[in-house]
Amino acid sequence: MISGVLVIFFVLAALAVFGAVSLILQSHPIHSALSLILVMVSLAGLYLLMGAEFIAAVQIIVYGGAVMVLFIFVIMLLNAGVEERTNFSKMATFGGVPLALALGGIIAAAIARSSGQLPAPTAAAQGALTSTRELSKLLFSEFVYPFELTSFLILVAILGAIVLAQREN
Amino acid sequence: MSEILAKYGFLIVPIIKVAILVLVVLTLDAYLTWLERKVIAHIQARWGPHRVGPHGLLQPLADGIKFILKEDPMPTGVDKKAYFFAPFLTLMLALTSLSVIPFGPDITIFGYTTNFGIADVNISLLVLFAITALGVYGIALAGWGSNNKYSLLGGLRSSAQMISYELALTLSVVGVLLIAGDFSLKHIVEKQAGDLGLLSWNIIGMSKDHGSFTQIIGCICFFIAAIAETNRVPFDLPEAESELVAGFHTEYASMKFAMFFIGEYTSMIAVSSLFTILFFGGWLSPFPASWTLTHYLPSVILVPLGLWVFYDGTRYETILGRIILPGLGAVFTLLGAGLFLSSTVNELIQGPFWFFAKVGAVLFFYIWMRGTLPRFRYDQLMDFGWKFLLPVSIANVVLTSAVIMWRMK
Repeated sequence: MISGVLVIFFVLAALAVFGAVSLILQSHPIHSALSLILVMVSLAGLYLLMGAEFIAAVQIIVYGGAVMVLFIFVIMLLNAGVEERTNFSKMATFGGVPLALALGGIIAAAIARSSGQLPAPTAAAQGALTSTRELSKLLFSEFVYPFELTSFLILVAILGAIVLAQREN
Repeated sequence: MSEILAKYGFLIVPIIKVAILVLVVLTLDAYLTWLERKVIAHIQARWGPHRVGPHGLLQPLADGIKFILKEDPMPTGVDKKAYFFAPFLTLMLALTSLSVIPFGPDITIFGYTTNFGIADVNISLLVLFAITALGVYGIALAGWGSNNKYSLLGGLRSSAQMISYELALTLSVVGVLLIAGDFSLKHIVEKQAGDLGLLSWNIIGMSKDHGSFTQIIGCICFFIAAIAETNRVPFDLPEAESELVAGFHTEYASMKFAMFFIGEYTSMIAVSSLFTILFFGGWLSPFPASWTLTHYLPSVILVPLGLWVFYDGTRYETILGRIILPGLGAVFTLLGAGLFLSSTVNELIQGPFWFFAKVGAVLFFYIWMRGTLPRFRYDQLMDFGWKFLLPVSIANVVLTSAVIMWRMK
């Protein structure tokens, strides 16, 4: 049964995978960064498809916008040139390739063993995903301690950045 | 007719709306350049464009033909992907941002009710911010891909400026969000409706609703940050011609240059629309709803304007002007008279009339500022953004939440 949603899912998934592969294969840092933006935006599309519109918008604003702009800004500022390519190191040949194959096998096995049906989301989770209001209510009631701790962590990181920047002078 | 609309309306109506909007916006962009040149010329005691067509009215058409016919050279050593992608991205994002803006209340045509805009998304404000967040890439890539030091400096300045002012832009809106309790632009406008007319708009906030509070601080912060986001005077450092030739679009010519230009003017329209929606009541009339006589205001403006254009046109120097201007005047007069006679159509255009009147006023303000203010220095720009605008917008968030909390008790 191929529905419109499924078609959109495969287009977005293909874009995300294409972006991820291109991120590694591109030799210029800016092109790699652009591929990463493509991945971020496709992921936002996938979130939107799942009905998590707030997460989708925030994904683009924070990751697609703020974080990646900073990446691009730094690459442009340093005027980084084309990367140098090395041949497969021993580590990659004996460690990397088998591990990558193993990971691919595990994921494939997990997909093959699944019944082809996603478990139906619980009512609470569904409500939390569809409405921004419900999401914020959950954040500030049930998950208030993890939320505040994360904010605190970010604050510490900001202070750390300021201290590091001040040390230069 | 209505059966077809009921069945396939979800597919046909958006396509028609997109076609109309793109046509209207591109024309508006073209005449915005004309208006800008005319207004700045008159501020500087010049005439502005007046050779092509009467009062230079055909100048945008001539510019368009010139853009299409000009040679499009590509400098050597450019990064081809970035160089070609950048103008497309800029224009595409600017046009996309218009898709979530409601230009008026819901309308019913041939028994089919639809929203007056392309998409009615319940997170439309966030969608707009997401598009703005991606908007930096067009300019940054153009600057980096052009293989030119002026372009690179322009692109870098622009990215830094947009990152800095995006924070203030987003935070200045939080006050409005706290009052409306919703991300939907349509609901934000509906929340500002009241018996008091313009007094219940968010900028004054005298609505009977207990959660309303004046957003004048947020309004000023938003406007300043919005000018910086659209790279306009006095924040047009990315294209400061005395230092950077033309900044990020130095190496672009012909249609690719035009795409940056159209993108800039389209984002000006989008930002003005957002400004109108958030702080000036969107499509709402500034008069109380009980003053039904004000519904004839479009006719009252259109008929004298048409008659004046007709009279002015009969005295114009050139033959072409003596044909075009009276024709235009007659069209205006007939439109005004038609609206006066047909009350159904008149009611239908009330929302869009006020919306476009307000957006037009904001756009005029943009142009006025360009003719008045000098450009900031780069360090002043950064200081202003981080040390003044950001703290003030955060203070506005704290103040608004405190007042809302206090009134709820």
